Amino acid sequence: MKGIFWKLLASLLVLYTVLAGFLFQVPRLPILHETIRNLYFHVPMWWTMIFLFMISFILSLRYLSSGNIQFDVAARESVNIGLLFSFLGIVTGMIWARFTWGDYWTNDVHLNGAAITILTYTAYIILHNSIEDEIKRARFSAVYNIFAFVLMVVFIGILPRMTDSLHPGKGGNPGFNQYDLDSQMRMVFYPAVVGWLMTGYWIYQLKLRVQRLKMKEEE
Amino acid sequence: MKYNLISTLLFILFNATYVFSQEVGMADELRENGKIFVVVIVLGLIMAGLFGYLFYLDRRLSKMENKPKK
Repeated sequence: MKGIFWKLLASLLVLYTVLAGFLFQVPRLPILHETIRNLYFHVPMWWTMIFLFMISFILSLRYLSSGNIQFDVAARESVNIGLLFSFLGIVTGMIWARFTWGDYWTNDVHLNGAAITILTYTAYIILHNSIEDEIKRARFSAVYNIFAFVLMVVFIGILPRMTDSLHPGKGGNPGFNQYDLDSQMRMVFYPAVVGWLMTGYWIYQLKLRVQRLKMKEEE
Repeated sequence: MKYNLISTLLFILFNATYVFSQEVGMADELRENGKIFVVVIVLGLIMAGLFGYLFYLDRRLSKMENKPKK
């Protein structure tokens, strides 16, 4: 198996964060209580999504500059897996919001931005599915994908910081300063992010390899 | 080695319980009787199972990729 080292590392990191995420100390904060531990599980989903969409963005650029259809296939699969993580992120976020903010959904800029991002990338998949001609499909999707990436940066990276937001880390202050002080949380949070990024990349690779085998069979 | 790990975990656990004041409600009781371990073990097993499956898929795919063309 190729890359057995980093795959093992990915699984160990995620396993570690599941254990440490429950057993280590966390700050005692009103409203949040124990739900602060969701930080270790909910936030890495979004990081993984952004990471996979970034990979897809780069692959689309490379498709446009080289015309190699393989880049288009890979770009599509990485959006697929990115969407999987975005759904996990939004559902876990909704559950968390229900028990801290009191409702599953608030019309918060950050939440709406995340929803728009998911819709934008769903539209990418639909666009990709709807064009028969291989080269046309690849070119249109690649151009749209670049547009989608810029939209994502605007909607979850910029707009939420320009207004008030319930969501921590938004509304003027990037990062999560109020938790930042706690070094014990960092010891779990950063490994969680790295572990999930690698896991997301791994799943994307698996999906891509299945797709490549399928294409080989069709030839 | 095994007992070392368990005693370290226990140490962390009881520290978490006693150090802080009681103002904010936390899952202290859950930790005091120690049974949070059960949940952690279950979750750990689930994650291990999922990752095991990923490894299995990866191996299967490698085999299929390396199969010579007929």
